[in-house]
Amino acid sequence: MQEMMTLLSNYNVPAAFWVNVQLTLWSALFSLILGVILVMMRISPVGSLRGFAVAFVEFFKNMPLTIIMVFMLLGVFVQLRFQFSSTFSTNFYWLAITGLSLYTSAFVCESLRSGINTVPLGQAEAARSLGLSFFQTAGLIILPQAFRGSVAPLGNTLIALLKNSTVAAAASVATETSTLMKTMIEYNASMIIAVFLIFAIGYVILIIPIGLLTTWLSNKLAVRR
Amino acid sequence: MTSAQAETAETTAVAPSKGLFRRRAKSVEQSVLFDEPGPRARRRIRLFNVFGAIAIVAFVVWILYRFANPPQGENQLSWDLWKPALSADAWIYFYLPGLLATLEASVLAIVGSMVFGVVFGIGRLLPVRIVRWISSAVVEFCRAVPVLLFMIFFWRLFAGMGFNDGAAFWAVVLSLVLYNGSVVAELVRSGVGNLPRGQHEAAIALGMSPLRSLVSVEVPQALIAMLPAMITQLVVVLKDTALGSIITYTDLLQESRRLGSAHFDTLQTLCVSAVIYFIICYILSIVAERLPERLKRHTIGVVREPVQAPIAILDPSNVLAQERASERELPQGGAEPLFPDHYHGSNAVVTDAWRYAHMEHGHDPRHPDEHLKTILPESVYRKRSQAEDKAVRSVWGDSDDEDAGDTGDASAKDEKK
Repeated sequence: MQEMMTLLSNYNVPAAFWVNVQLTLWSALFSLILGVILVMMRISPVGSLRGFAVAFVEFFKNMPLTIIMVFMLLGVFVQLRFQFSSTFSTNFYWLAITGLSLYTSAFVCESLRSGINTVPLGQAEAARSLGLSFFQTAGLIILPQAFRGSVAPLGNTLIALLKNSTVAAAASVATETSTLMKTMIEYNASMIIAVFLIFAIGYVILIIPIGLLTTWLSNKLAVRR
Repeated sequence: MTSAQAETAETTAVAPSKGLFRRRAKSVEQSVLFDEPGPRARRRIRLFNVFGAIAIVAFVVWILYRFANPPQGENQLSWDLWKPALSADAWIYFYLPGLLATLEASVLAIVGSMVFGVVFGIGRLLPVRIVRWISSAVVEFCRAVPVLLFMIFFWRLFAGMGFNDGAAFWAVVLSLVLYNGSVVAELVRSGVGNLPRGQHEAAIALGMSPLRSLVSVEVPQALIAMLPAMITQLVVVLKDTALGSIITYTDLLQESRRLGSAHFDTLQTLCVSAVIYFIICYILSIVAERLPERLKRHTIGVVREPVQAPIAILDPSNVLAQERASERELPQGGAEPLFPDHYHGSNAVVTDAWRYAHMEHGHDPRHPDEHLKTILPESVYRKRSQAEDKAVRSVWGDSDDEDAGDTGDASAKDEKK
């Protein structure tokens, strides 16, 4: 306990967690947008778009996140010279967000698709018989219900995203938790267990409310049929 | 019934042969949002199709163009850069040893996490409170902490304890075991939860202890049901070994980075290793998707539809809060009740009339309730005619002034007497 206190006073641990939370929130936003677009493509009648969405999702679902992050750093930045900003840290930050968003969007798409599976066929048939077009059916009838039905998998995706944001270390985001933990262990090798417990408990504290919230929300929002 | 259920029900009912199976499933999936299009709609779809294809091709061409002409760097598509990434030496000295290291860590990790998962899954199901609490705490903790933090911790811990050469390897294996083992523990728990209750009861009735019943009756059946989920977990393990490259474990990713830094073609070597990872993971995913069908042929349907194949979702432990929330114990050994259960009073007053009012419309001769007819006298289940009713009431001394529509209450009174 004493050790933890000294460690916490010597290092700015909350700031590192805040970086991870920021990475998570930005990637959640972008991957949600991308995921909705992907799932729309996946259920659309247009074959080429459907094929593209399937390929995209399969590709990112079966690709290690670390390799995407390293690719963002060494491939996109070092070799293709693509940069978001001339400041190194900002640039790495946004590259990491890009990688995380691309990776997570595949899982968001799958979660939404599982939500679409909970919408009864009759809803779509009723919408069609009212003369609604594809976009109207999808946007007004199916997706709102699918969102309500996929709160639980989306929440799990969010939890996984928060945990995956530590992999931003592979894209040289130096201020986030796993890098800070490594530094702290290097300088305080004798207190290694205390260091680990600080970060582990930090994640447990962050993740448990998300889990409780999604469980509560999914029960509250699920369409009772 | 959800559309997914409808789909499976329809497909299994319609199609025994495989090709037919797939075509049928596809058409059902397509028909969710749009009807079989008419000539005009078909023309429009074809138009969009062409536009979409052009847009996708343009996108790919733009990316390749960007690769060939990056603003400051060199042409990334030139053979000078790809040749060292694809040469035989690269395969022999970098990719294959790296792949071997990756596979070694994943195989050890998956075996370890099976053991960990079964042990802690059983721990969470035991009736001993302390054991249950401890295993729940361990499982929840291991699920919440990012794998990378585990890896860094164990890596430094092992290095500090003096194993220098194996530190990274064992750190990778141990952290994967802890995380994936906790996921497997959840799978075991939900798999056992999906078994018919009678399995446990029968085992207890035979004199087995709860632990014995779990070990020799319930968990083995649950393991078969969760095999597909396990294979999906193998994909997760394989992907997560790549995290080892951050703690200097020389896996496939690390080797391809080393090769790339030697020839200044990291982008190319990363592409090659990405393709290798993708092929292995994709094959495993397909196996996991196809497996349930195959398993159905080999096992008798002991288990209800297994935990929904978690391919859809990032973390296979999501055994779906929702699904679990909607789970309830079905009466009569898992058979769906014949009539909608609108009656929320005491079960003691389910009268003949009520039963008839609810069962008339959905007669199912195979329903367990029908079995009553073979063992009970006819008078119990047959609906009485009004005359008979009157006769019965007069025998029991009921007053006749109740109206005829109220037979339900009347026969309830009969039963009570």
